[in-house]
Amino acid sequence: MTRRILSLWLPALAMDRWRLAHEDEGDTQPRVLISDTAHGPRIEAANRAGAMAGARRGMMLADARTLCPALLTAPADPAGDLAFLEQLAVWAMRWGPWSAMDPPDGLLVDVTAVPHLFGGEGGLLDDVHAAFARRKLALRSAIAPTAGSAWACAHYGRARTIVDGSQNDDAIRRALSDLPVAALRLDEDVLTVLRRLGIKRIGQLDAIEEEGTGRDAIQRRFRNRKSPAANPLIRLDQLLGRIPEPLLPVVPQQAPLVQRRLMEPIRHRTLLDTVLDDLALDMARELEGKALGARRLELGLWRVDGEVIVRRLEMAAATRDPAHICRLFAARLDDVDAGFGIEMLRLRASWAEPLALAQGDIETAAEAHGTSLSACIDRLTVRLGAEAVARPVPFASHIPERAQRWHPPLEPEPSSQGLLEFHHRALKLLDKAEKIAVLYATPDGYPKRFRWRGTVREVARVEGPERIAPEWWRERGSARLRDYYRIEDGAGCRYWIYRQGLIGDGRGGMPDWYLQGLCG
Amino acid sequence: MPTEPRSDTATCQTAPLDVADIGCMVGAAALGRERSSHWRPGLAGKGQAAPCHSEIFAPSGDGSGAAAALALALDDWRHTPRPEGAEAEDRRAVLWVQMREAARLVGRPYRPGLPEDVRRRVIHVLADTPEDALFALEEGVRCREIAFVIGEMLGNPRALDFTASRRLTLAAERHGVPLYLVRLDARPDLSSARMRWNVASAPSPEARWNPQAPGTPAWHAELFRARGHRPGEWVLGDGGRQLLAKSLPSAERESEKSSVFSA
Repeated sequence: MTRRILSLWLPALAMDRWRLAHEDEGDTQPRVLISDTAHGPRIEAANRAGAMAGARRGMMLADARTLCPALLTAPADPAGDLAFLEQLAVWAMRWGPWSAMDPPDGLLVDVTAVPHLFGGEGGLLDDVHAAFARRKLALRSAIAPTAGSAWACAHYGRARTIVDGSQNDDAIRRALSDLPVAALRLDEDVLTVLRRLGIKRIGQLDAIEEEGTGRDAIQRRFRNRKSPAANPLIRLDQLLGRIPEPLLPVVPQQAPLVQRRLMEPIRHRTLLDTVLDDLALDMARELEGKALGARRLELGLWRVDGEVIVRRLEMAAATRDPAHICRLFAARLDDVDAGFGIEMLRLRASWAEPLALAQGDIETAAEAHGTSLSACIDRLTVRLGAEAVARPVPFASHIPERAQRWHPPLEPEPSSQGLLEFHHRALKLLDKAEKIAVLYATPDGYPKRFRWRGTVREVARVEGPERIAPEWWRERGSARLRDYYRIEDGAGCRYWIYRQGLIGDGRGGMPDWYLQGLCG
Repeated sequence: MPTEPRSDTATCQTAPLDVADIGCMVGAAALGRERSSHWRPGLAGKGQAAPCHSEIFAPSGDGSGAAAALALALDDWRHTPRPEGAEAEDRRAVLWVQMREAARLVGRPYRPGLPEDVRRRVIHVLADTPEDALFALEEGVRCREIAFVIGEMLGNPRALDFTASRRLTLAAERHGVPLYLVRLDARPDLSSARMRWNVASAPSPEARWNPQAPGTPAWHAELFRARGHRPGEWVLGDGGRQLLAKSLPSAERESEKSSVFSA
């Protein structure tokens, strides 16, 4: 199901606020809101009569006065406008589960799966307009699948536009193609550049982009512009929903938090452990109430002398088991310097994942018997560090040492192509292939004898070569090919060695030999 | 694999042994009462519990230690009967703990070279100190979702004394997770391991298609201390889905001598 975003734009927010605050004075006189700048007062907003008289936003007051000497002024209040907008964003959550501010004068409300409660999207817009009319606020609105397209339609489209985006982005394209490029929410200087290029409507930009090489041309021109507001391609992609556009909800998600203030500062470890037990129990109850499990926990210790010690813990799987949490923290609290004592402790789950309530005693025997894998991994990572515990995963590469990567142990395995197992691979791979001296029949004969770690070994049996060409798309052109041999020496030790390069391949002198792996 | 007649007079036939005869030998051996105390592959499925703590002494100059440990572990794992009510597919992980110096000397496990069954399961732990390695081993054997634990430690660290090994043995037996500890370049010091092996690479049997090529891996393994088994010497071979073992003639003689000390 596609997202549905409702964009609300209050075109005269500042003026409307002033009018609501001064209803007794009436609104028939031409009036402007001004702010002081280095070059004198400047007009921030004008009412209808003021606009009729020629006052515009951004004009200097002195210029407007020459057109209309009877212009009345009032100070602008941007901070008050912002606070009002925040209130309005909270109020607008009556139409959707979350809303975001779009400063200076807009709101975005997520109305996905909501409109049927108001009798369809048209009914929803009617309700919105009626509510804002009751509050005497001017409003333009639109509903679209992405925040960018809803914003564009609200600001530059027809009143109460509803863009249908259930199939693909063609509907968005059609609805937006006639809008000016300013609807992309771009900076002034970028708009100037686009105007000089002759691109005035979104449809023109879209058409250029459709022509295959056009996107490259635009990309080249704006290659240094990383911010979305300065790069029309990013804005266009956001508009069409090709890349996500994160929005900051006005009511943030609260991280579960428990804390204990202590009557007497504690200085001893046993007491600290007791308080930590209590905190972990509280946290377990808090998380259970929200059906969450903690992935990251932060324990803050407030010391009497003003120092704050913070210990962080990351879990391999969501958990709210107080005993497990206490045990993991116990290893992290060994080096805490209590100083003159700790007076407050706070435990915060800064990353939590949904964890449904589970029946506790369905597998009593299994639970009594050993720990679970995630608990085991947690204990290992807490003591040895996150880097020390890893799982080998395949990676698409021909070069043996590159064909394996190390990932965190409980992450799902990345998808990979099946391997064609024509050749044997070594059981163990050395971190760095070790250089060996080899006696062999030049230019590319079998190895006869080699010296590794100070001992000379005769090669009794050999299989090869398996030629692995360098990956030219990753390495420099001077990289040499490798001829791999699987060998067994007189005592039966089996190794995996390779010769790097050929004589006369023009990429260096005599080829070197390396021992890379130990076979079983 | 060279085939020699077994100089065993105690119970049954004197037959040349090779890969094809292993099954026959195992069957015959199961009958002999005296030899039932001999170790043989697939013992875990024959009513005896798998040894929960084995030590494998190996040189650090080749990959024989880890490979033999893995082969023994897989042999026990495949033959251990699944408990009643267990899941149809065993998805438990394999914990592979290495000390950093050991990993530097003999390398880290390489996924494409691991046996097919183990590839997806390996969880690798790199420990800086012997204490950390012992901690990781113990956490591994305490975990119910781990099939077996392989450890690789270099030399005779002070931390790995009799108490530490006893601790590992008890934990492994209590939770039923076998531990195979590879001791690289180590003296056989005091230890409570249930089976202690000396392992070295052996010349591999002739490869099927290319006589010049190294064949499937083979190891010369000497069981020098075991609880419930006689000491002996074998040439172990990797037979794809099963472990092949060929008893060496000297094994009988040796075992006669040292059976007093075993158990």
